[in-house]
Amino acid sequence: MTLLYSEVEEELRAAVRALLADRCPPAAVLKRVESDPYDLDLWKTLAGEIGVAGLLVPEEFGGAGASASEAAVVLEELGRGVAPVPFFTSSVLATYALARAASAAGTAGACAGELLGRLAEGRATAALAVSFAASPYRPLRGASVSVDGERLSGTVAAVAGADVADVLLVPVEGDLFAVEAGVEAGVEVGAVSVEAVPSFDLTRPVAAVTFSRTPATRLGACDLAGVLRFGAGLLASEQLGVAEWCLDGTLGYIRERHQFARPIGSFQAVKHRLADLWLDVVRARAAARAAAADTSSASHAVSVAVAQAWNSAVAVHAAEEALQLHGGIGMTWEHPIHLYLKRAKAAEIALGTPGDHKEALASLADVPGPEGGQQ
Amino acid sequence: MDEAQLKERVAAFLSENHPGGDRLEFLRARFDAGLAWVWFPEGLGGLGVSRELQQVVERELAGTPQLNTGVQGIGLGMAAPTILAFGTEEQRRRFLRPLWTGEEIWCQLFSEPGAGSDLATLGTRAVRDGEEWIVDGQKVWTSGAHHARWAILVARTDPDVPKHRGLTYFVCDMHTPGVEVRPLRQITGEAEFNEVFLTGVRLPDDLRLGEVGDGWRVAQTTLMNERVAIGGAPVRQGGGMVGAVLEAWRAHPELRTHELHQRLLSLWVEAEVTRLSGARLREQLAAGQPGPEGSGMKLSFARLNQALSGLDVEFRRDLGYDDWTFRRSDEVDFYGRGPGYRYLRAKGNSIEGGTSEILRNIIAERVLGLPSEPRVDKDVPWKDLPR
Repeated sequence: MTLLYSEVEEELRAAVRALLADRCPPAAVLKRVESDPYDLDLWKTLAGEIGVAGLLVPEEFGGAGASASEAAVVLEELGRGVAPVPFFTSSVLATYALARAASAAGTAGACAGELLGRLAEGRATAALAVSFAASPYRPLRGASVSVDGERLSGTVAAVAGADVADVLLVPVEGDLFAVEAGVEAGVEVGAVSVEAVPSFDLTRPVAAVTFSRTPATRLGACDLAGVLRFGAGLLASEQLGVAEWCLDGTLGYIRERHQFARPIGSFQAVKHRLADLWLDVVRARAAARAAAADTSSASHAVSVAVAQAWNSAVAVHAAEEALQLHGGIGMTWEHPIHLYLKRAKAAEIALGTPGDHKEALASLADVPGPEGGQQ
Repeated sequence: MDEAQLKERVAAFLSENHPGGDRLEFLRARFDAGLAWVWFPEGLGGLGVSRELQQVVERELAGTPQLNTGVQGIGLGMAAPTILAFGTEEQRRRFLRPLWTGEEIWCQLFSEPGAGSDLATLGTRAVRDGEEWIVDGQKVWTSGAHHARWAILVARTDPDVPKHRGLTYFVCDMHTPGVEVRPLRQITGEAEFNEVFLTGVRLPDDLRLGEVGDGWRVAQTTLMNERVAIGGAPVRQGGGMVGAVLEAWRAHPELRTHELHQRLLSLWVEAEVTRLSGARLREQLAAGQPGPEGSGMKLSFARLNQALSGLDVEFRRDLGYDDWTFRRSDEVDFYGRGPGYRYLRAKGNSIEGGTSEILRNIIAERVLGLPSEPRVDKDVPWKDLPR
């Protein structure tokens, strides 16, 4: 297992970074968040031309068959840009669930395989109909969907990426179902309703999804906790990217900003905070790399819990430090820091809070609790 | 040379040198075979190959006589890389072999009562007298000086120029008349450190390391290596200080509380991400791309050791202490003895080898490129500085 970046990963990073710098600098993201948050033109280029949508699709289904580490590098860059594209929700969470279902189903998984091909080419976008606030430890939090024959009923709260998905992948009772997301207003029998709600994270809004005897296609088996664990491990890389942007942006600002006839970055009271933040980010990188590196090993659950417990908190802290050290300008809508703060705070909840992951480590790492609380 | 060739070399070495024989003879032979530190040049205990390959040697030679790193730490971690970088061919040949085998122990004469964080302001004087230097001054916080045959020493050779420019780096013979080592008792009760008084100590010029006046640059090599040596040692998951706490935690369920549990889990996570960064840093070094992460390792290490050892004492609810007797310690051991000792010893971790405050300055200014505080001492001759 290596914790370094490979040459292929660095090339992929450079391609994504260059595209984002050109097409969606933070100011452009800011401009669109209130009207049309997702940038689907950008997504088309990323998915199709750079080929990020097919990274986690196995080669037999028309994808790149890349490793989680490569997807992680894309997430670092998308985090740096708070890029409003459905890569994490479609190409990581949904695609991973689908690929697992397809390989488990074997030849019976033709339907899943066909869908994987569409996702790989960027011809379709999917979302996993699971609450973004669910976790590997409580995978059904916020969901109440039941299956009756080939029809689904029930609701899932706070689904990320659902409002731009062509296909919803719904895990019910150990199976994965596909529902074509027809755009229909209201909840009619047979339809699926996807209702975007005002979301704390402006660049990754969530939606309430309601099924009412909605026809669905069974694709194969779904180990939902495993899917969410895989996603949580990679989310740590996106959080690393968010933290890095906050650190870099703040460094740039405090080198230039003068008060008391000196750059404010020359004051030890300020620079020591940046040194500590840098150290947190250095360790977040090691944690993210470890969580992305050993997805098939027995210790993966530990690596994911560690990376989530650490990186969630580091991303939030980095955004909070950035805001404070920018002073007044950091509190304004026109400065993009708030996009990062909102992304970081929402991602802290997504797929398990730092507390959830630490609690899991009590058994994973054999650090048992008081067991009844003796005094 | 690749891994397979190196393994062959180790096998050939083992077929000629029995690890069950004389320990010192074995270590000397290992040095001469270039298997001491493989990234050092041939003839100096190495093979001139990538540092990455050292782990192959360590794996193959596990179970054979090992170095005593507790006593040899300063020699191996600080003196050796400095001698390699700045020593003459003669100095390298004279010092490196017995340094590595542990036949000669090294200590570090850097800090002074008046020069701690501001090391460059140190006042120990070295005055030239023909082919010799006469050294006078006082050094402090010198670990292991009572075992040491040699010391690395920084002294002022020119008081008339600004402080960074008037320093020269020497190797000091600790057996020279005028070198007096006195134990310095610490808050743990024992004396791991010393004060070293230098009075009319005569050092031949061939013990100088680097050019006259270039001592600050030479010292930077030592200090950089010191920080990696203190914070960068490999640990296993759940090892180091967290291991000491976990052992007690698992053995005493009756003492556990919810509040301590939350804190311990947070520290476990921090210890693990710190361990992973250390592993990543070593990978970078081995791949020949040394990163600035090194300066951060000691900072994390100090914080963690202090928080974990503090939690350990609190957890055990034991109001005793193992032993306050004033005695010499044989080696530096952060994890040895009881929890009270570990707690007190860890307080030194944020002071020795650069305080945490100085390390934050170094990170902020050299790694992050932030401007320094306005300096009043930069262009003033050392002798005119207020003190």
